[in-house]
Amino acid sequence: MNDASPTLPIFQVSQFGARLRVIPTLPAAVLLALCLLGFLAPLIAPHSPMQGSLGEKLRPPAWVTGGQWAYPLGTDLLGRDILSRLLYGARTSLAVAAVAVVVAGTLGTILGLLSGYFGGVVDAIIMRFTDIALSLPLILVAIVLAAAIGTSFGNVILVIVLLLWPRYARQVRGETLSIKERDFVALARIANCSHFRIIWRHIFPSVLPTLLVLVTLQAGYIVLLESTLSFLGVGIPPSTPAWGLMISEGRTVMDSAWWVVLWPGLAILLMVLSGNLLGDWLRDRLDPTLKQV
Amino acid sequence: MLRFIVGRAMQSLVCFVVVSCLVFYAARLTGDPTVLLLSEMASKEDAARLRAHLGLDKPILVQYGLFLKQAIRGDLGESTRLHRPVLAVLAARFPASLQLGSVAFIITLLIALPIGVYSAAKRGTVLDNAGRVFAVLGQSLPLFWLGLILMLVFAVWLGLLPAAGRGTAANFILPAVTMGWATTPAVMRLTRSAMLEVLESEYVKMARIKGLPEWKVIWKHALKNALLPVVTFSVLLFAEMIAGAIVTETVFAWPGVGQLLISSVYYRDFPMVQGTVLLLSALFILGNLTVDVLYAYLDPRIRYGR
Repeated sequence: MNDASPTLPIFQVSQFGARLRVIPTLPAAVLLALCLLGFLAPLIAPHSPMQGSLGEKLRPPAWVTGGQWAYPLGTDLLGRDILSRLLYGARTSLAVAAVAVVVAGTLGTILGLLSGYFGGVVDAIIMRFTDIALSLPLILVAIVLAAAIGTSFGNVILVIVLLLWPRYARQVRGETLSIKERDFVALARIANCSHFRIIWRHIFPSVLPTLLVLVTLQAGYIVLLESTLSFLGVGIPPSTPAWGLMISEGRTVMDSAWWVVLWPGLAILLMVLSGNLLGDWLRDRLDPTLKQV
Repeated sequence: MLRFIVGRAMQSLVCFVVVSCLVFYAARLTGDPTVLLLSEMASKEDAARLRAHLGLDKPILVQYGLFLKQAIRGDLGESTRLHRPVLAVLAARFPASLQLGSVAFIITLLIALPIGVYSAAKRGTVLDNAGRVFAVLGQSLPLFWLGLILMLVFAVWLGLLPAAGRGTAANFILPAVTMGWATTPAVMRLTRSAMLEVLESEYVKMARIKGLPEWKVIWKHALKNALLPVVTFSVLLFAEMIAGAIVTETVFAWPGVGQLLISSVYYRDFPMVQGTVLLLSALFILGNLTVDVLYAYLDPRIRYGR
């Protein structure tokens, strides 16, 4: 990675802009903290995320009159501790995002590599499929699926994977097209490497930075999409601790209990914002040619 | 050009076939309708007769053909919740969605264009950076939550605006701002980068050398050329707008198609879901096709090769 050397003036916006660019340590820290909190939820959550006591229902945050430090951020309509549900909710969001990215990324990368490397008919067929997949109205597909077979984790992940894989395929194909013209690939071919070996050992590593940028840029988007689907009642099945669902369940009592809706929204904002900032920064660092669409 | 249009139209057609297959197949997943329609006393022969009557005994491909034929004729079945033809309900709901969408779109352009242009003209200033922070923030906010918070602050706490319903102009403000929020950051970013590109060009330098006032250079000479990609892209935001409409209408109980769709899912009114999704998908696919063709017409680079 020569182009990431410190002597290269990558950011020459302005002083204020340059200072803005230093922030990514903060988003990175926030994201890491959210991952850790989600991962450790069973250990650190003060209450069960599923069971509440109706006697404690709609308790305000601790610092508001009527609040208790036993429930720092208050309780919801069923008397469940909001902080605990938020922690478990981080888990849900991260799990969905991780599975979706791994499946979509693997599928998209393999197809993109094949398409770019072999070209010709293979390329034509794969790219036709990506074009079609890119122009499917997926939020509608999600709604039909939910209406027909009900909500489940599998459906949410399926919809997100359907939405994401063509983006990976396109990007990776583009990269592969230029990489395969480079000398080291030609040398590998002269050295009688198999197609598989050339793709896996010579081309794939060069595509990795782009992939990394794409994954980070999309992580926030996935969390947003998942929470929107859940809010609409076509995502994560009810009663699971998920941020979008918490907001959807809380909206009926919103005018008397603002905290039920406020905290999960802030949690989503925090996670998506730090993901987006990190992604923007990584893109500028690793791959300035990759324009955000 | 003709080749491009035909190729692109074929792709749209395939897209629509995929969606309609999905909708059709999903309907079969909901279970055997004869179980729901017949009483428990009905014999096997009765069930078979009903299946034959509904066409369920035919091969699945024939069934799909019939389904498409009916859909194209405008027969989308009857809503199980409202007991009215799906098409009639959709026709009654559509104007409300169209109104809200238009107002939101105008708001997007009114906010995004001036800020985008200003950002580019005063690149690197505090205001430019503020605009960019606003754009990142805008893309990270969950729309449904923004709607609820706006409702909480302006309708519940301050009592300034109505929280739900449709009728007066005041009813439009909160939903339209929420829905416009979805598309504003993207348009803003694009305007900024398009303006930056144009401001570098020779003819802008020429205009400056001629001694034109700076505001005229920016708002008249440069903006005219920067607008082209922005306007085409704005139409491309159709997908975002449909998603945004579904969310916004649900939050504000706006009596449009999006709210209808989500409430139909809730009440398991499958014919209604089916009809709405078919209609919205057709709109979505047609919209995309139009934009692509328009784009190719305006920019020959797209027509020849990718």
